Amino acid sequence: MRNAFAQQITQLAQQDPRVVVLSGDIGNRLFDDLKAKCPGRFFNCGVAEANMVGMAAGMAMTGLRPVCYTITPFLTYRCLEQIRVDVCYHHVPVVLVGTGSGLSYASLGATHHSCEEMGMLRTLPGLAVLAPADAWEVKAGLRAALAQDGPVYMRIGKKGEPAIHAAEPDLQLGRWIQLRDGADLCLFSTGTLLSVALAAADLLTAAGRTTAVYSCPSVKPLDESVLTEAASRFRVVATLEEHSLIGGFGSGVAEWWVDRPTPPAARLLRFGTRDEFLHLTCEQEEAREHFGLTASELARRLADAAG
Amino acid sequence: MIMDPACFKDPIGGPTRSLGELEAVARQVRFQLVQMSHRAGTPHLGSALSCVDILVAAYWTSLRVDPAQPNDPNRDRFILSKGHAASAWYAVLAKRGFFSPDWLETFARHGAPLAEQPAPGCAPGVELATGSLGHGLPVGLGMALSARLQGRDHRVVVCLSDGECNEGTVWEAAMFAAAQKLERLTVVIDYNKWQATGRSNEVMALPSLRDKWSAFGWEAHEVDGHDLAVLAGLLHQAADGSGRPRAIVAHTVKGKGVSFMEDDNNWHYRIPKAAEVEEAGRQLGVTV
Repeated sequence: MRNAFAQQITQLAQQDPRVVVLSGDIGNRLFDDLKAKCPGRFFNCGVAEANMVGMAAGMAMTGLRPVCYTITPFLTYRCLEQIRVDVCYHHVPVVLVGTGSGLSYASLGATHHSCEEMGMLRTLPGLAVLAPADAWEVKAGLRAALAQDGPVYMRIGKKGEPAIHAAEPDLQLGRWIQLRDGADLCLFSTGTLLSVALAAADLLTAAGRTTAVYSCPSVKPLDESVLTEAASRFRVVATLEEHSLIGGFGSGVAEWWVDRPTPPAARLLRFGTRDEFLHLTCEQEEAREHFGLTASELARRLADAAG
Repeated sequence: MIMDPACFKDPIGGPTRSLGELEAVARQVRFQLVQMSHRAGTPHLGSALSCVDILVAAYWTSLRVDPAQPNDPNRDRFILSKGHAASAWYAVLAKRGFFSPDWLETFARHGAPLAEQPAPGCAPGVELATGSLGHGLPVGLGMALSARLQGRDHRVVVCLSDGECNEGTVWEAAMFAAAQKLERLTVVIDYNKWQATGRSNEVMALPSLRDKWSAFGWEAHEVDGHDLAVLAGLLHQAADGSGRPRAIVAHTVKGKGVSFMEDDNNWHYRIPKAAEVEEAGRQLGVTV
């Protein structure tokens, strides 16, 4: 995903001279092509993320389109007030890209995990939140983010995530992408767990419960038209994210759900990480297992819920 | 410092004012601040009074900002990062003609344009919503980098409080600005020796502030922050060609201009009563 980000930002920066990239001392060699093709428009801002985000706001106020890039917890938890005051309060077009989101850096410990940041950022007025599923969605998401007149936060993985799409999908804020249709269950997946969602749907469909799957890169705003239809059409609707069940994508859907004038008849399930720091020394795969975020576990719990 | 009369030329081509005239402007502004605090019942009067001369020197002798074109992309940018002193920014902007002085009458009132601390775009000339400390310099630094990238030669001046220098972001920005050789960026520290609840030199090891800025790669000066001639001279002085951004450590007195407020930190929060407003007016030589 980070390679896709670097490729896409290099391309978009060549098309738009207002685009500048600010990195928090990461991406060794990653931006060599950008530096060569767009000289003077890449800034290694050092290990000083809060200053980086504040500077980005100042740049956006004066006509540039800054993109801040660093490891998610350092970009978000550390800079929450800069994002809130400098970027969102002034509603300026800063794009914040967090890399290694969720449990991508499981092995580095919880300092490098980010399973809570969407809960913080979703509440910030005017900030759109994107969580692309694969490299193609990263490219499409970045394009969509830079087309906005306001701020966008995009959480991406690291590298080697399975490609789901075959080309850049049409990704818009507030629109989700249908990948499978089904009649019994509907699975809304955000971020890099999409491959797990598709595998779970395969298991369920093979067992006679056809399962629709949507990729939901737009965490805020939600795709209300797709949600409205799903809430009336399916018996079970579920959300999936590599993020805490507190405050993330599933929370957003649940908030929407209980605010309906008439409560939907469907059952809503949410899959995500529990309210705990991961203390297990492990890679991302095992970290997902620890939180029950595997195809077999999802299929089992969804089948139970479907009765 | 030798005072150069050219320092007092109006930066946007208005009539040149004498030092005495500018000192009178500062006294009038100070009295307005006392009145605003009294009328609105707002605190931070001591903090506002301490930075008046810095703002007057900047707006009347240095900043190329035309009240008739407050959004000109080539204008100099001034950021009052110590947003709790917003009344001083408002009063100076009004006096300089950015908006009607009538706005000061409704300062901090329900639905009025001028909030107690500046909101985004609340008034012409207000470049940034401040109030949380440590934000103005990173944003101003971004503006200065942006200007350089876009081939604009305007300057960015950021006024910080000494208490604000407790914030880590100030020093993150200081290091980055020096690395980027942003000589069009100037910081003025309103060094009034008090922060909200204590002596700023005791709460944190601030001294020597000039040495700190200098060690961070800035061209650092230490001046009397109530000496308009000295402030004007430094704000005017061309960059020395070294690429260093400029830091002006301006020694000031909290509550400056009103004897019973000077260096008394109670006036960080106290609101002046009617009799105190009258007495302030007498001392400032401004009639009610």
